[in-house]
Amino acid sequence: MQQTNIVSLTSKLLVAFLLFLSFTACQSGKQKQDSEVSIEDFISDDDIFDDIDKAKKIFYSLPSPLETAMIIKSAGAEYDQELLNSLDNVEKYSSSRALALNLGIYTTDLSFASLFEQTQTSIDYMNAARSMAEGLNITDAIDKNTIDKLEQNLDNRDIVMDIISETFLNSSSYLKENERQDVAAIVLVGGWVEGLYIASELIGDNSIENNKLADRVLEQKLSFNIVQRLLDDNKEKANGESNQDIVDMIAQLEEIKAAFDKVKIETSKATVEENDESGVAQVSSTTKITVTPEDFKALQASINKLRTSFIQ
Amino acid sequence: MRRIYLLFLILTLAAVTPSLSYAQCKGFAKKICKLELIPYIHDGNYHAAILTEGEEAELYKTFYSGQDYRISICGTDALPEIEFQVVDSYKNVLYDNTEHNNSRIWDFNLESSQQLKIAIKVPTSEAQSEYPASGCVAIMFGFKETK
Repeated sequence: MQQTNIVSLTSKLLVAFLLFLSFTACQSGKQKQDSEVSIEDFISDDDIFDDIDKAKKIFYSLPSPLETAMIIKSAGAEYDQELLNSLDNVEKYSSSRALALNLGIYTTDLSFASLFEQTQTSIDYMNAARSMAEGLNITDAIDKNTIDKLEQNLDNRDIVMDIISETFLNSSSYLKENERQDVAAIVLVGGWVEGLYIASELIGDNSIENNKLADRVLEQKLSFNIVQRLLDDNKEKANGESNQDIVDMIAQLEEIKAAFDKVKIETSKATVEENDESGVAQVSSTTKITVTPEDFKALQASINKLRTSFIQ
Repeated sequence: MRRIYLLFLILTLAAVTPSLSYAQCKGFAKKICKLELIPYIHDGNYHAAILTEGEEAELYKTFYSGQDYRISICGTDALPEIEFQVVDSYKNVLYDNTEHNNSRIWDFNLESSQQLKIAIKVPTSEAQSEYPASGCVAIMFGFKETK
């Protein structure tokens, strides 16, 4: 008798769930139709998120510290050690939030130094990242073997990059497999902001006209959309309580959000050309970025303020 | 007493299974999928989940001009070959691996930086089975400077 009741209750719940699903499916179908009313030559920067289906598993991917450093370098950045977070700050960080932010920050600094073949600095910053990881109880992400391997291969850039990539993979996978996605998100945001800060400071007062580095900073508006969604997804803990570290961070990002809101990025529809020889397809499209010099200055100021607060 | 034991066993399994699955996923991503990125440099990010036949997933990422990228999507042997599409903001499909022999990788570079969506689907297997298969699916990105 009790079993029958359970089966009946389960059936009712299943029917209610299916009804809910069909309702949400109708809703998203309508949104899709509305968005297809007119197709213009250019569309704005966050249209890709229009038809997110929450029933699916959704991943948001930010540039990792290594990719961030590579993006800056390929835009013509020069090395300036003064811009890295001081190693003297390592001892200051004890809260989970500060350790996570600065794990991302030191890993970006480490990547930046390595790409410019700053050997001793790379070892020092790997040790700083190791301290942050240990503070977060991320075991074995960066151990003594990692440091030894780095020291032995400092003249081989590819191996050094592989070591950095491996340590970051170890940290992020450890956090995610231990249900600490919120901490993993903070690490990523820290690393991303550090890259933004380095690029922005290197531009300084230079003109942003035909400035590749300035374009790189402005293009980060596209990743900022992902930052917002990543944090939004983690602002509630599994038990329903609000995650104060993430809520605070969302509030901290308000100023930079306002600054990015003044940047307009429009992209044309892409075409793809396969290259049989290289095997690398070329995706062609045009992007228009519009911003006034004053608004760019305001963006630089907000980046500087945010990063300063992160390394406190 | 037997019921209490059974309940304890179920609760323990429920608590441990996700960690075990994730741990398997981590090993799979590191030991199998990452190798498919060579000669590209793995960006270091970890995106993997246990998916079941018929399930879909989406990943959003900004890709930057001036770099060659490799996307690698791989699933454990228990799963049918994973289908994936790369889609731009216009819902314009830039790549569909079902038109390329279900390839697990795609190499590309961009003239201008843009956000792309990677849409992944675990198709339903044709083999008759009582339960749909589940397994780890990892999405990995490699990059190198465009020559």
